[in-house]
Amino acid sequence: DQVLHVVPETYQQVQHLQLLCSTLLLDLWKPPMPEDITAGEDLHIRVPAPLVQEVKHSLDQHMISYRVLIPDVQELVDQSMPRERSSHSRVQEGYVYTQYHRMEEIYEWMAQIQKDYSEVVTQQFLGTTFEHRPVYYLQISQPSNKPKKIIWMDCGIHAREWISPAFCQWFVKEILQNYKSDTKIRKFLENLDLYVLPVLNIDGYIYSWETDRMWRKNRSPYQNGTCYGTDLNRNFNSSWGSIGVSFNCSSDVFCGSGPESEPETRAVAEFIKRKKSDIVCYLTIHSYGQLILSPYGSTTKPPSNNEELMQVGQKAAAALKEKYGTSYKVGPPSLILYNNSGSSRDWTHMIGIPLSYTFELRDTGTHGFLLPADQIQPTCEETM
Amino acid sequence: RAMELTPGRVPVSRAAALAEGVVRLRRGGPARALRLRELRGARAEDIKDVGYKFYLELELEDVLDKDCAVQCSAEVLYHLGNKNSAPDVQFTLEGELKSTEEADHVFYTRMRSLEKELVAENIPDSHGHVPPELQPLHLLAWVASGHVIWQNSTENTQLYLAQIQHVKQVKRSDEDLQFDYVVLLHEMVSQEITPWEMTVLWHPGDSVRVTRHRRQHGH
Repeated sequence: DQVLHVVPETYQQVQHLQLLCSTLLLDLWKPPMPEDITAGEDLHIRVPAPLVQEVKHSLDQHMISYRVLIPDVQELVDQSMPRERSSHSRVQEGYVYTQYHRMEEIYEWMAQIQKDYSEVVTQQFLGTTFEHRPVYYLQISQPSNKPKKIIWMDCGIHAREWISPAFCQWFVKEILQNYKSDTKIRKFLENLDLYVLPVLNIDGYIYSWETDRMWRKNRSPYQNGTCYGTDLNRNFNSSWGSIGVSFNCSSDVFCGSGPESEPETRAVAEFIKRKKSDIVCYLTIHSYGQLILSPYGSTTKPPSNNEELMQVGQKAAAALKEKYGTSYKVGPPSLILYNNSGSSRDWTHMIGIPLSYTFELRDTGTHGFLLPADQIQPTCEETM
Repeated sequence: RAMELTPGRVPVSRAAALAEGVVRLRRGGPARALRLRELRGARAEDIKDVGYKFYLELELEDVLDKDCAVQCSAEVLYHLGNKNSAPDVQFTLEGELKSTEEADHVFYTRMRSLEKELVAENIPDSHGHVPPELQPLHLLAWVASGHVIWQNSTENTQLYLAQIQHVKQVKRSDEDLQFDYVVLLHEMVSQEITPWEMTVLWHPGDSVRVTRHRRQHGH
């Protein structure tokens, strides 16, 4: 399709153009109606491809001068649309880790990853969301005859924190693409299994793509469907409902009707409870703030292994800073952020997992939740 | 009597973010926005019958010119019983800021010469992208929101600009540029995101002025 720019000079030319537009039902961009075509005034018409020849011929015949404003409308449309990821973009060649992805693409990605790295990866079912979607995690485990300890990492508890699932995907990719060649990663996998949950709050994530980019909670209804969503990170059984929460469903920190009231919380909690004696480290990824948060949020009383927690956290922050100079602060939220209760990190520590951390990724408020996609790579590289 | 920062009270990062916002407001424009690079020093003081005061040493950088950094000494006072009174923020800057005269002039003439008043939405978009021609309007909103944030800050809130929901240019007969914004502010402690209306005036060589602001209703 082409868009033509025409300036009729005489009344006869105007009449001809009006006739042409109405008989061929041409799409007038300017002015909107054929009746408004005036001599001496700009006219912009979009001509469907099959009619281009005919229309130009007709203009020539009537000595009406024109020029082509847009030679290919489709090309312009394609360029200006956010690139729709087509379903055939394959993981190895096609999956773009430096862009944010819809949930359906993430589901496809998980299946593809399992296929491509079947010797070490299995996709496991954890449970279902309120809206009945399956929650999967990826188990990365090098076959071995010795039992291995587990590091668990989940992303996307809060829907609007898009950099978080992006990081989980990046992390998986880095490990799998390099575990054979990188000695550090190889050693890692010889002794540890990695369990990665790319999106925990699937319903909320989808909602943030389709309806409200700033949505945080899950999508379970309360008050007869007049109010939606529990803050999953206030819903765990760690001093549930005591501080930093709201009992009002319309709040963004609504803690639910009781500890583990939400199916997503239960799916994670039940699994972790079963495996807790093997889990040495629990990581949960959020944004924003550039913080490495150790337990607890509900009290300033330090956890029993606080020294170890702080030491490990400080080492992580130092390594992170080495990459691009990004500063992360380390400490419990009760001191450096704000009090809260019912967080997954506090709960996992309380049931006995020694190293529990919340990572709040970039940035510190310049972009907040709307971290530009071009920061995905540096954020993930430094956090890795 | 100055004391060690009291744990569990106001985290120092909260006071630093507030100071940063006020400095950004006073020294910013469509071609300059300062942001906190590092908190170099802090101490807090509990002043009996008055409130809680922070003394801060901040290093700030220009987001458009990251090599350019300035040192800032700031004082933030959260008033006792802080219901109706915005915190007091004072600061001094040390260091040269790059001149924005040319960029300001380009933006100003561009806006004044538009036939139709500019209207735009969702800046940045969901993917964090800001089209280059809207960058000055984004910066202007970020600078101006410092005023709304400052006027509505308490010990228990930490506000950030999350997104520009809507912006409309309003032509004026005097020399100022006027933009009516609806911005989304994110409050860290409650995690709420609320829309606020603000009217922003600016002219090259002037600081950014917010002549009117209010929380939008129906949310």
